[in-house]
Amino acid sequence: MPISLARVGEGTFDSELEALKAGDEAAFRALIERYHGPIMRLAMAYVRDRGVAEDVVQETWLTCLRSLERFEGRSSLKTWIFGIAINVARSRRRKEARILPFASLWRRDDSDRRRPTVDAKRFGADGLWSAGPSSWSGLPESTVLGNETLQRVKEAIDALPAKQRDVITLRDVAGLSADEVCGLLSISDENQRVRLHRARASVRKMLEEYLR
Amino acid sequence: MTCRQVVELMTDYLEGALSGADRARFEDHIAGCDGCRAYLAQLSTTRRVLSKLADEPIPADLQVELMKAFQNWKSTIKG
Repeated sequence: MPISLARVGEGTFDSELEALKAGDEAAFRALIERYHGPIMRLAMAYVRDRGVAEDVVQETWLTCLRSLERFEGRSSLKTWIFGIAINVARSRRRKEARILPFASLWRRDDSDRRRPTVDAKRFGADGLWSAGPSSWSGLPESTVLGNETLQRVKEAIDALPAKQRDVITLRDVAGLSADEVCGLLSISDENQRVRLHRARASVRKMLEEYLR
Repeated sequence: MTCRQVVELMTDYLEGALSGADRARFEDHIAGCDGCRAYLAQLSTTRRVLSKLADEPIPADLQVELMKAFQNWKSTIKG
């Protein structure tokens, strides 16, 4: 097999990718286990229904397998997989949208605008906290990371405008870097940060109400 | 900087996107403000909870099916 020049030029070697291409089942199993949750959350951002989201996960991996031989490792394996997941989820949503009256799909999404994320009533006329946030450090881990809390957070993500959902899912659930997310979604650093900020602020606000 | 301004700069701060001067003013404010420190800590807890969502295990039947698909794929490349 000829050595890819692009690869040599890059000077990186992804051993996981090599293992996959060599047909290493343990490597594939590790990947589908590691990325199942993040890809599910991402899929749920597009299709809402769990069963359909699982189809998206499955289709993502099948597409990865079909394209694996052609993938040269110009992006990281992780970024490549999430790029495929986004494409699969988007095309699945378009199909669903033809069947379902999915009004939120056409909801105006102003996620790229900077807007106050904390209620103005929380501050005095001097701009200082009048009703400051309380500390969560005294709360038990079993509450903060409990199933009930996680379920609320899922719902809070699902309620976000699509642009914010993509960014918070890729950054904070899937753990991609800012650069990777900008590249995948074709957005500027600034837009990425604004969407992430607004999304995190919304989830924090829900948690504040829930953990009160 | 006021608290109201500081809360809106928290992601820029965490992402390393503030200028040196703004970063210094941000940190000065945080050092002396319990409310903003609590808010920043809440944001970091929020991120910790979000990362926990990634832990969802893959359903057994999906895993079996995908492993079969991998074996099929493998047989085509080896063949």
